[in-house]
Amino acid sequence: MPDGPLLKITAVDAFYGDFQALFGVSLSVGTGQVAAVIGANGAGKSTLLKCIAGLMHPSRGEILFENAATTNTPAFEALKRGIALVPEGRRLFPSLTVEENLLIGGQSRRPGPWTLARVYELFPILAERRNLPAPALSGGQQQMAAIGRALMSNPRLLLCDEISLGLAPIVVRDIYARLPQITAEGLSLVIVEQDIVQALRAASHVYCLQEGRVALQGAARDLSREKISAAYFGV
Amino acid sequence: MQWLNVILQGVLIGGLYAMFATGLSLIFGVMRLVNIAHGDLIVLAAYISLIATQAFGMDPLTSLLLVVPVMALIGYALQRGLLNYTLGEDLLPPLLVTFGLSIIIQNGLLELFTADSRKLQAGAIEIQTFQLAQDLWIGALPLIQFVVAVAVIAGLQLLFYRTALGRALRATSDDQAVAQLTGLDTRHIFALAMALSLAVIAIAGVFLAVRANFDPAIGPARLIFAFEAVIIGGLGSMWGTLAGGIILGVSQAIGAQIDPGWQLLAGHIVFLAILAVRPQGLFPKVSG
Repeated sequence: MPDGPLLKITAVDAFYGDFQALFGVSLSVGTGQVAAVIGANGAGKSTLLKCIAGLMHPSRGEILFENAATTNTPAFEALKRGIALVPEGRRLFPSLTVEENLLIGGQSRRPGPWTLARVYELFPILAERRNLPAPALSGGQQQMAAIGRALMSNPRLLLCDEISLGLAPIVVRDIYARLPQITAEGLSLVIVEQDIVQALRAASHVYCLQEGRVALQGAARDLSREKISAAYFGV
Repeated sequence: MQWLNVILQGVLIGGLYAMFATGLSLIFGVMRLVNIAHGDLIVLAAYISLIATQAFGMDPLTSLLLVVPVMALIGYALQRGLLNYTLGEDLLPPLLVTFGLSIIIQNGLLELFTADSRKLQAGAIEIQTFQLAQDLWIGALPLIQFVVAVAVIAGLQLLFYRTALGRALRATSDDQAVAQLTGLDTRHIFALAMALSLAVIAIAGVFLAVRANFDPAIGPARLIFAFEAVIIGGLGSMWGTLAGGIILGVSQAIGAQIDPGWQLLAGHIVFLAILAVRPQGLFPKVSG
């Protein structure tokens, strides 16, 4: 992949029926980069991730992944090409054990560094609880399992939707502390967060969505709190 | 001894009902599709076996080697080519489409094979019996049928809980959208589930056709038996479905013993009684 970013989104519009959720959103993520997408509820963050992962298809615009269009690729194909999504609310398979949830993620058989053993090394608590049904885990452990499940497909791009949602701050810090171990393998990350402090700390590049449009973007260190809150709330 | 005999025969026929039922509950469990054509597909399998026995001179039980893969292929194609397009938030479209399918199959069979009753001839094995005790006899064929039913259910249980395909089926049943996100092509998974369901139906259809007369119109009644066995056993539990089939079979046998006209009625009454007292069935799956 000599030219261009890993993921390049150009002027994407997306609809739920008649309701337009995204208006001309553009974004790009380089190899090994961490980008954060922030914004208030209903700003279109999750919609953007769904479009990238192939769960939704934009009605206009283009999504390029490794310089090939994935605009209309279904989700299971997108995963095979290296895009994995950790969905909002974790959504583990409740009738499967923790280990079975991870194995489902690995069923695509993409080659790469992530194996059951590596995921257990990253999140040792999951190894202890491997044979429990997924709903028996605490919220934080479920989040770890959901991340592990996505990693098992050895993605090149990992999309994380609201990792911190409903979790205690100490658990959120614990999970975020392990992100560098994940990106160390050259994997790129797009995180959607409501927790702006956490997002700014983890990401090199930040996009702020407001009512379906990119209201602000830039390197995380260049963005002041004032600029962000102006873009966040539209005041 | 006479009653023991009645109960034993009821248990053995229960295995057949359990096979009708597992296919139905498998499809509902994986994709929330209520297959109204289920009974007619059982009859279709019986006719395919009839063709195989007449054209190739096969024994009905040997014809399973042909009927099972043919029905599985039909199931895969039916799901990929038609039923996948009916699935969605609304449960009604698949219900209507399979209802239409039921009418098409019945009339197609009527056109091809007329309304005459048929029966598959399995030869000497049909009348072989073993004596268990004084006045207690067991037929070879019902016994084989029951053992096959238990083996089919045990096999499905293994497949669901010990293989990658089973894992994928359970994951798809839990959450279709996330199943896609983890790389599962749900259209393919659904088609495999339907193939599996029709493979089980194929076995059930052949045993049905060896046991008793069949004609193109008997499908809907088999669908009712399948429904009743599923509901009695509890949705989502395979061994529960076997228990449901046995309870239905024993009820019918006892009813028939009291008065031949009560055979079906007794089954329906027991079904209604269990539905009234325990609407979740006797062995419901513990949901997560």
